[in-house]
Amino acid sequence: MPTAVVRVEALRKSYGPIQALNGISFEIEKGKIFGLLGPNGAGKTTTIKILATLVRADEGKAEIQGIDVFKEPDRARRLIGYVPQELTVDPYLTAAEHLRFYADLYHLPAAARQERMRELLELVGLTGQENRRVRSFSGGMKKKLDLACGLIHQPALILLDEPSLGLDVPVRRDLWSYMLRLKEHGITVLLCTNSMDEAERLCDEVAIVDRGGLAARGSPTTLKSQLKKDVVSLEIAPSDGDHEKKRDTLIQALSRLSRVQGVVKDGVQVKIYVESNETALPEILQCAGALSIEINTITYSRPGLDEVFLHYTGRPWTGDPKTHA
Amino acid sequence: MPEWIQETKAHFIRWIIHLKREPFSMAFSLLNPVILLIFMGGAFQSLTRASIGQDYRAYLLPGILALTVLGNSLSGGISLLFDKENGFLSRVMSTPTSRASILVGRFLAVNVSTILQCLMMLGLGFLFGVPIATGVKGVFGLLGISLLLSFGVTILSLTLAFMLTNHGDFFAILGITVLPAGFLSSAFVPLDSLAPWMRLLAQANPMTYAVDGMRSLILSGGDGAALLRMAVVLLVFDGAALWLGMRVFRRQLA
Repeated sequence: MPTAVVRVEALRKSYGPIQALNGISFEIEKGKIFGLLGPNGAGKTTTIKILATLVRADEGKAEIQGIDVFKEPDRARRLIGYVPQELTVDPYLTAAEHLRFYADLYHLPAAARQERMRELLELVGLTGQENRRVRSFSGGMKKKLDLACGLIHQPALILLDEPSLGLDVPVRRDLWSYMLRLKEHGITVLLCTNSMDEAERLCDEVAIVDRGGLAARGSPTTLKSQLKKDVVSLEIAPSDGDHEKKRDTLIQALSRLSRVQGVVKDGVQVKIYVESNETALPEILQCAGALSIEINTITYSRPGLDEVFLHYTGRPWTGDPKTHA
Repeated sequence: MPEWIQETKAHFIRWIIHLKREPFSMAFSLLNPVILLIFMGGAFQSLTRASIGQDYRAYLLPGILALTVLGNSLSGGISLLFDKENGFLSRVMSTPTSRASILVGRFLAVNVSTILQCLMMLGLGFLFGVPIATGVKGVFGLLGISLLLSFGVTILSLTLAFMLTNHGDFFAILGITVLPAGFLSSAFVPLDSLAPWMRLLAQANPMTYAVDGMRSLILSGGDGAALLRMAVVLLVFDGAALWLGMRVFRRQLA
């Protein structure tokens, strides 16, 4: 059995009346990129902060390489690099001063420091910028430096909370390529994200977090193939007044069809889960025709992680900033 | 190098870099003492000659020094509060650095900047022709007293940083503390000239004893009794601040 770098068992945490974690458990194998995927407020950040030794769970166990983070936080801290969601760089310091600062906090000997700094600056593409004050850095450069600071001591595990939040596409791509490189070096990555795209591209394994618990776990491919479904999305033609009523009537009628496994509203769209779209499409069109409801658009697709999310939580995915906006 | 020295040095260096690259913040905290020394000193010069019996700026300088210490050291914790607000502190807390080194690093840097400011105020006093009766030895004495006062005030400030959750509250506390603490002490006028209730408060204010000690070094050859009172009061004050601070830090930084 492969060794687990992270083992989390039945973690519970409440903030006053709000239950943030409701008995969450998972393990992460060495050298894997593990994604905690879920909407804001699902409990991802609380989980990552517990592993970063910043928050104590009310109940449960959390171990990093067999070290209990509650009993021996100081030993656990030596194994992790934590990069929080918000930018935590100091505008008055240069990039090199940041790396030196963290090198000292992790007690790196001065001799090892220079070489390590050079490597990291190169990894995140900041070579030549190291003596500039961070105040003048772009958001993407700041995030890259933030990541480099968390890697200075060659941690066994890096904890990344929403690393690509608010970054533009080229910077996101860069960050993704660094993470894949870390994986090559055997560093385990725990990634919190509410971007489906990020989870699909990077993660070896994904845990869907919803309301403080795990709704599903597996590789993105497995999770998607488990659904054994096609998704038909349709939008009915705009009409005055009774649009909502028409849509509800259609949903009711569709859910009675034998080939239809489930119907949900997702924004302006209606999503219909079917075993295979070839046989189901004609039936769906007929049904709409019989109700004389005009359909504006109709498409079908293999399920993505958002369908997986919907399937396991019963709610449409709204966490992705793209659908939010 | 022992780990705790390496960490503390890292924190200290970060703050010294801030000090060097943020000259305006130092200029800003010097604003009040400079205005008081130049303008208030000037305005009351002739008015007070009869009652105080000497040059008012010379009389005022120790008060201004103590006020400089109070203002700068009491605002020293704000930087940690900013670190707390923007997540920098959490990040640092996830590293194996000891909690004490975070506090000690900041504490040392605040005291360095306070001493720098006191030196500038002494320089300003010199420009305005305020002689220091005890000479160079006296300057060291003045800086020593400044440090004794700064020690406790800085700890109180760091404690506040961990008790408060936003810097607006911190600035509000600074605003209602510093100047009143100056007026409720012997910084500007002799205690005898204060109304009885103000005198009572001034006698409970550690600043009074720091000012009296400093004044004796500037105006006369040093008054042993005043210096002894100063040392006792400030050591008790520092001890109390440390005791209170430790209680808060233990709870907040566990």
